[in-house]
Amino acid sequence: MDINDIIKYLSEYDGPEIKLMEVCGTHTQAIFKGGIRSLISKKIKLISGPGCPVCVTPTAFIDKCVEYARKPDCRLLSFGDMLKVPGTNGSISDLMGEGIKVDLMYSPFEVIEKAKADPDTTFVIAAVGFETTAPVYALLVKKALAEGVENLRLVTALKTVIPALEWICDNEDGIDGFICPGHVSTIIGSTPYQKLAEKYGKPFVVAGFEPEHILAVIYDIVRQLETGASNVDNLYKNAVKDEGNLKAQAVIEECYKTGTAVWRGLGPIENSGLYLKGEYEKYDGGSFGLDRDMELPPSCRCGEVIVGRIDPGECPMFGKGCTPMAPYGPCMVSAEGACGIWFRNR
Amino acid sequence: MKITMAHGSGGRSSHDLMAEVFGANFSNDVLDKMEDAAVLDINGKIAFSTDSFVVTPVIFKGGDIGKLCVCGTVNDLLMMGAVPKYLSCGFILEEGLEIDTLKEVVASMARQAEEAGVKIVAGDTKVVGGNGGLMINTTGIGMIPEGVDVSAANMKPGDKVIVSGTLGDHHATILSARMGIENGIVSDCGCLKDITEALAEAGIEVHTMRDVTRGGMGTILNELAGKSGCGIVLEESAIPVRPEVEGFCGILGLDPLYMGNEGKMIAVVPGDQAEVAVEAMRNTEHGKDAVIIGEVTEGDAVHIRTPLGATRVLDVLYGEGLPRIC
Repeated sequence: MDINDIIKYLSEYDGPEIKLMEVCGTHTQAIFKGGIRSLISKKIKLISGPGCPVCVTPTAFIDKCVEYARKPDCRLLSFGDMLKVPGTNGSISDLMGEGIKVDLMYSPFEVIEKAKADPDTTFVIAAVGFETTAPVYALLVKKALAEGVENLRLVTALKTVIPALEWICDNEDGIDGFICPGHVSTIIGSTPYQKLAEKYGKPFVVAGFEPEHILAVIYDIVRQLETGASNVDNLYKNAVKDEGNLKAQAVIEECYKTGTAVWRGLGPIENSGLYLKGEYEKYDGGSFGLDRDMELPPSCRCGEVIVGRIDPGECPMFGKGCTPMAPYGPCMVSAEGACGIWFRNR
Repeated sequence: MKITMAHGSGGRSSHDLMAEVFGANFSNDVLDKMEDAAVLDINGKIAFSTDSFVVTPVIFKGGDIGKLCVCGTVNDLLMMGAVPKYLSCGFILEEGLEIDTLKEVVASMARQAEEAGVKIVAGDTKVVGGNGGLMINTTGIGMIPEGVDVSAANMKPGDKVIVSGTLGDHHATILSARMGIENGIVSDCGCLKDITEALAEAGIEVHTMRDVTRGGMGTILNELAGKSGCGIVLEESAIPVRPEVEGFCGILGLDPLYMGNEGKMIAVVPGDQAEVAVEAMRNTEHGKDAVIIGEVTEGDAVHIRTPLGATRVLDVLYGEGLPRIC
């Protein structure tokens, strides 16, 4: 089917209202960039899920990173997105304003050379991410162990997507189908969505990131809903295999154990966190029990945004008390957070 | 040899540094008088602009802070339709700066000033504590020829928006250097004089010009739309970005539309002169990739039309363009 036929079908759709959740922040961004909403019927609503790792990271994690960064014998390394997330006593970026050095990472592997060159400093990585990022940190600790690097710690907030999707299906009624994350699916494959599709009777479709890919996935889900189907389809076949990336899965298995993790806005979800285990556990910088979250003002509806109950624009703080320049909730901080993306494209 | 506090004392070390580094490179009839202030003979309307340069690393692929600080201020003058004439420069040197690095930067300034046809007529140097850094402020004066009226407020519906070349090159070069990433991306740092001269020679009635620096094209077009009280519609497929830069941005989650350039400009010209203007720009070194990317419309916002026919708003940059996490 031609892309123009798909656009015509989706723009003329006049059936019952459909709510689809795009789980991944990169999809939220691609949907805005491609102007997808302007191409489809108003009756098809796209809502943003908890798929930005920064947005679902609780305050206690930031506080832990800040605590390390303040120690004279420690050096914190972080990806850029984490810098502005508010902690209890300010963000990592605020520390930089006090003259404390924080290294912006491009690849976590750069830490190995730094650690070797400066053995008196403990290098601490703010390791946040989903299944896509977890194997990278696993390979990092393996390399550190193999090369005898001792002065390295990871504060991890590594999460897995399937338990969160299950939580959403159990707790949120209104979502008719899921646009499954492209990057995460390259690791876990499309098979794990099967049990969700069967249990909840909803379509789960794996999507790429080009506007054409996303439109094709929306069409696939709409057609499934119209015909009463609830299948797992993989429309990102050039990157995602049904079984996923077995090597990456093996290294996750080897280095991590699962445990409860707190998702900002959702709360604790069993088995959704990955924590270093066995001989690698010595590299853990105190990642367990980082569940405390800051008390949000009563008007902040971050939690409802993350589960797609409301659009960012419906939060009374959106664009008023909370903007990308002065973010309150992490959804506004990250380039992949729903609020930040909505604000930039409003 | 490194810069020490003595170089900023005003005594012998300062004098030697002046002679060896600045005197050896900057010489012209005004500066050589070494008075407390430069005396300039100016008649008519002038454009006057200042800019400070704090880039690290100070030497990067495609340029250095010296070339940058001349081009940056000269380009600002050119964007007003002015002929750049005079520059002043203020140096803040941090202790520990290699004097050889300073010499290289100053020589680069001198070369660029000559190419741009401007004289460096006043200067100052201070030394501060720090870590071997180097910051430069330049201020420039240009003469606006009779009858020239280029302004951010002059765009009219029906005008075409032309960009002089690919976006994001400078920003991507600097980020790559800071993050230690090897790639083939080179800064576009350069003086836009050849382009503005070509437009003038072709007789184009240029309404608005802007160099596309910090904040990127997205931010700048919003400023222009606001000042002129117009809207702008861009064709996404026409916006030029080098594949390497596109790939680099993809990995880091950056958008070339919000990245800084140091040798790119927007020209807004009447619709019926746009083709001639693009042709003239393409015949220059700095404008060889010039292309029409959109049109000025009634309205008040900047929109982008995607190849699939969708439309989205292009807003200003909020906060800093930070590399993303996944």
